[in-house]
Amino acid sequence: MTTETINESLDDSHNDDHHDHKMTGMKRWLYTTNHKDIGTLYLWFAFIMFLTGGALAMVIRIELFQPGLQIVEPDFFNQLTTVHGLIMVFGAIMPAFTGFANWMVPMMIGAPDMALPRMNNWSFWILPFAFAILLGSFFMESGAPNFGWTFYAPLSTTYSNGSTAFFVFAVHIMGISSIMGAINIVVTIMNLRAPGMTYMKMPLFVWTFFITAYLLIAVMPVLAGVVTMLLTDTYFGTSFFDAAGGGDPVMFQHIFWFFGHPEVYIMILPAFGIVSTIIPAFSRKKLFGYSSMVYATSSIALLSFIVWAHHMFTTGMPLFGELFFMYCTMLIAVPTGVKVFNWVATMWRGSLTFETPMLFSIAFVILFTIGGFSGLMLALTPVDFQYHDTYFVVAHFHYVLVTGSLFSIYAGAYFWLPKWTGNMYNESLAKWHFWSSLISVNLLFFPMHFLGLAGMPRRIPDYALQFADFNKWVSIGGFAFGLSQLIFLAVVIKCIKGGDKAPAKPWDGAEGLEWTVASPAPYHTFSTPPKVD
Amino acid sequence: MSRGNQSWLMGAWLFITGLLSSSAWADTQLNLTKGVTAVSREVYDLHMLVLYICTAIGIVVFGAMFWSMFFHRKSKGAKAADFHESTKVEILWTAIPIVILIAMAVPATSTLIDMENNDDSEVTIQITGSQWKWHYKYFDQNIEYYSVLSTPREEYENQNGSFAGNGNAKNDNYLLEVDKPLVIPANKKVRFLITSDDVIHSWWIPAFAVKQDANPGFINEAWTNVDIPGVYRGQCAELCGKDHGFMPIVVEVKSPEDYEVWLNEQHALTAQAADAEKASLSTSISKEELMQLGEATYMAHCAACHQPTGLGLPPTFPALKGSVVATQGSIADHISFVQNGKGMMPPFGKQLSLKEIAAVVTYERNAWGNDTGDIVQSSDVKAASEE
Repeated sequence: MTTETINESLDDSHNDDHHDHKMTGMKRWLYTTNHKDIGTLYLWFAFIMFLTGGALAMVIRIELFQPGLQIVEPDFFNQLTTVHGLIMVFGAIMPAFTGFANWMVPMMIGAPDMALPRMNNWSFWILPFAFAILLGSFFMESGAPNFGWTFYAPLSTTYSNGSTAFFVFAVHIMGISSIMGAINIVVTIMNLRAPGMTYMKMPLFVWTFFITAYLLIAVMPVLAGVVTMLLTDTYFGTSFFDAAGGGDPVMFQHIFWFFGHPEVYIMILPAFGIVSTIIPAFSRKKLFGYSSMVYATSSIALLSFIVWAHHMFTTGMPLFGELFFMYCTMLIAVPTGVKVFNWVATMWRGSLTFETPMLFSIAFVILFTIGGFSGLMLALTPVDFQYHDTYFVVAHFHYVLVTGSLFSIYAGAYFWLPKWTGNMYNESLAKWHFWSSLISVNLLFFPMHFLGLAGMPRRIPDYALQFADFNKWVSIGGFAFGLSQLIFLAVVIKCIKGGDKAPAKPWDGAEGLEWTVASPAPYHTFSTPPKVD
Repeated sequence: MSRGNQSWLMGAWLFITGLLSSSAWADTQLNLTKGVTAVSREVYDLHMLVLYICTAIGIVVFGAMFWSMFFHRKSKGAKAADFHESTKVEILWTAIPIVILIAMAVPATSTLIDMENNDDSEVTIQITGSQWKWHYKYFDQNIEYYSVLSTPREEYENQNGSFAGNGNAKNDNYLLEVDKPLVIPANKKVRFLITSDDVIHSWWIPAFAVKQDANPGFINEAWTNVDIPGVYRGQCAELCGKDHGFMPIVVEVKSPEDYEVWLNEQHALTAQAADAEKASLSTSISKEELMQLGEATYMAHCAACHQPTGLGLPPTFPALKGSVVATQGSIADHISFVQNGKGMMPPFGKQLSLKEIAAVVTYERNAWGNDTGDIVQSSDVKAASEE
């Protein structure tokens, strides 16, 4: 079916579907097939999960505030770190990006909705069940998963506390949800672009979500496979990962990280898209090197499939394997560097203003780059032997995921809140959110580099005395960062309730089809496709 | 600035200085250790090289950003320029990073080749991780022993929720001390064969730049050659369950002469232990003595899972208090549990002497109100294991 015929049929159906035509109360949200409603659901769900995962992190930081076992048992501590990781990855960052995709992709390509609206509803509504199962395991006799979010066998099989089945079931549901969401994004972008919008005319935001969706479709089945093998090893007597039955525990890590490394880029490529939209808007200058950005994003995605074993340098790989994965991993620095240079060149000789979306975007570029530097250091196999499984790694991936992905999500939320709600958010409250987050997040994560270099392993509930000072600082930073996020909640609620009315295009430098519709965006947009030249 | 602001700042400043002065910052290490081997120094140099390169790149990139932020702002009347692409520039900032990466890859490759060369070692030691201790076995020496955390429980278990002071007093090597360290000679290439009995562990001594996973069912190799005798400390680096944070590694590096002396001592100790084992078979030990030794053995080897109270941490670690095995079951079955293990429970037959097993079984059958009145002697353990 060509784009044209789809558009025609959608036009027809719209004729008998006057105005908003939505149900009221809970039913509106349960039965909705509207991309904006589903986007909203995803974003709220992600924020609730973010606060839940954050609450777990607060308990971790209280326990680590000073040496000695203070408030939790070591086994429960392991449950906290495990579920914190799972919630933040699968419950906060990924659904937040899917929320952005739902809200913005159709509006940016001039489509009336996502291509598969009923599947869209389903892919969201199975998520709460997945996380109810995962969190519910805290209240079961076995306790929650305690084997780390990476669930290495045989700790998660033969030696598990009995939570493996619930964990596997929850991950399966999350995986199905992600795959459906990704298929929807790919089909929408391929088929519903406005006439005249060729691939190389798509906003970079759309490109990054397009590539991310492909990554998801490629690796989520691998995750499903590995958790199923885990399940049969634990309960049905197979020996995929048990040497005594002819299996290999290291094979688990190969399969897991073959999913896990692309997963890392699933959580950062959309961030690139958001930041590449916001920096040009507040620099009042076109994005520098659009096509090189597209190629860089694609090469990062391709490279992500051949670097997985850099998570496994200490597992006893042969020298050749270590060299191959070291070189490939270092190569990632090239396209990532190109992106950073392009953002800097976009700002260069622009006409800059510093509204909150811009502040978060600039902080993203700087702090994500710091995470990139530590990533480059970790890529070098000989030094990785020292950094591996220490707080240096914890610092690295929190710089990339918190000041990277999360900051981009905040940037995007502030940028599009006027479009979503029809009201301007409170700029000075938002700036409080930014500055308190910026200061506390660095107090929280920067000293972790020192802790790791000094030799503190990750995932320990108690530590030697030389780590005491920095841990105290880190905990204080953690509490401050946690509290700062409540400011964001206040800003959003205020913005939904009222505030200055937003014009269709509140940012004078912004570009894109989403700014051609009114604020708040009408329930149905682009029933007739716009023309792009 | 208003008065309110000032007092707020003052408070923050007092808080920060309070934190600074309250702690012993002299002990705090900021950077990677240089270590005590040729390899660890190479690794350190590589670390510093990348750190300097990253810092330099950071200064250039962030410098350009801050320049823009200060001088190209709209409030200063900056007008946006029009350029938005340049193939030349793109090629340039693709090529330059590649050159820098090659400059890093060359020393990294040569260091890595060194690290992976396990040939020509003079001493070989097998290291086996298990939940949550290390076992060392010297090849060609008939010396093997377990190495477990020696920090007393009361130093880390201050679960009274009190944040006053630092809880219970802690010694300098808190959580980094063991009952019997690994002993190796200085200036000799020592090869480690690393494996595990249960889950994956990772043997790590930062000062040697050696970190190698212990995989159950597989053997990994690593080596070191230490210049300076001394005591070096590390920890398990791979999450291995509940007490992952409580299985430190201590290595004592002795001069080759002292190492020989130590080997002879160990041989003598092994012979003594064998004699004592034989002697214990023909003696009958009093219940008081068994209970005393049993409690000590239980606290050292069993309490991590089954807890000092005997209540365990169900469902993973079952209770012994009132359990079938420790009250109604036969003594022989109980002994077999301890000696051979079952499921997640590791076998202790290799780690404990006959007398210790007899004592711990006696203890478990009489402590916490289990009051069976059973007394188990070394000879019973021997008999049970021969069945």
